[in-house]
Amino acid sequence: MNQPPMGLWRRAWWSLYAIGTGIGLLSWATFLFIDKSPGTSTLLVGAAGTALCTAEAEHVAERMHYPKEYGTKVGGFKPVFDWQMSLHLTLIAGAFSEVRLSRSLRSEAVPGLWAARFGASRVKRLLAALAGGFILLFGARMAGGCTSGYGISGGLQLAVWNWILFVTTFISGIATAFALFGRVPASAPSTDNRLES
Amino acid sequence: MLTNFFTDPRTILLGAITGLIFGFLLHRGGVTRYHVIVGQFLFRDHMVLKTMLTAIIVSSVGIYAMLGLGMIKGLHLKTAELGMNAAGGLIFGVGMVLLGYCPGTALAAVGQSSRDAMVGVLGALVGAAVYAEAFPSIHRMLVPLGNLGEVTLADISPVSPWVFIVVLAILTVGLFVCLEQRAAKLVVG
Repeated sequence: MNQPPMGLWRRAWWSLYAIGTGIGLLSWATFLFIDKSPGTSTLLVGAAGTALCTAEAEHVAERMHYPKEYGTKVGGFKPVFDWQMSLHLTLIAGAFSEVRLSRSLRSEAVPGLWAARFGASRVKRLLAALAGGFILLFGARMAGGCTSGYGISGGLQLAVWNWILFVTTFISGIATAFALFGRVPASAPSTDNRLES
Repeated sequence: MLTNFFTDPRTILLGAITGLIFGFLLHRGGVTRYHVIVGQFLFRDHMVLKTMLTAIIVSSVGIYAMLGLGMIKGLHLKTAELGMNAAGGLIFGVGMVLLGYCPGTALAAVGQSSRDAMVGVLGALVGAAVYAEAFPSIHRMLVPLGNLGEVTLADISPVSPWVFIVVLAILTVGLFVCLEQRAAKLVVG
């Protein structure tokens, strides 16, 4: 079972240009066949709304943001299990299948770069991830979409809102990354166990 | 309560196939790793830009060609609300570095069983819910800063979208050539 994977899968990573082209072609298909453009953060609004809805239907119906994203009580809710929900559940499966094919599963608790700066504490890393996820989605919803939503769907359509986001995300990402990790040497150990190509 | 929980089976199936391929590609590309995402913002590693810009160029050529040929009905644009977009982008960048994933790659990282991604998705769900509560007041505050409506770069300028696509493609290829040459130099010595 543990012999190295062969052939195509043995290559450490495919060229990023090939991956980018693949994602680009995929977006042609979604436009052509489903007449939709992909985005992850809208899905998470739907999921949060659904979870709340089960508990407090009236409350969700009153909140302006949910109707905006998936229908109104009067006009009828859009289906919750829509193509996005389906897409994102299988997105997890897609990544998992790649892990199996390339046999690259690693049980990374704390990323090397993080550990080099904040130590190997698991709790610390998970708390930061929790806060990070919260900030990420709050920002994404405020901006009107996320990386798949704006980076790819918005970018390809030359949408104005996308390019504002692209620039502001990079500005704050660079500032945050340098503030947190600017002093960590580039040679900090990475926990990646991919074979080098 | 919600009456129509599921959408039609064809849409669900197509969504599922899209997701499967998308997740596979993201993981195969290696952009589901903390040091890759953060490394991009530190300019140590340009995997994220290479993937995103290639995807944007390839898809924009296809989508605008299909639009020109009448194969698709139209674009799916969102409103350009300047204050909301800019403030949201600034907040998003902080979250992306702390978590180490964007929403899409976080889900892909759940597939590689990264614990931090799982916790991050949980935080994201709470973030989405809290945002919905805060939405009316934030919206009131930031919308006056400007709203261009559902526009593309071509809409607010006198030139054709193809000018933007060609210029973007040339700049991107130029950037890639520079990055590859620099990487080659580093390897040689």
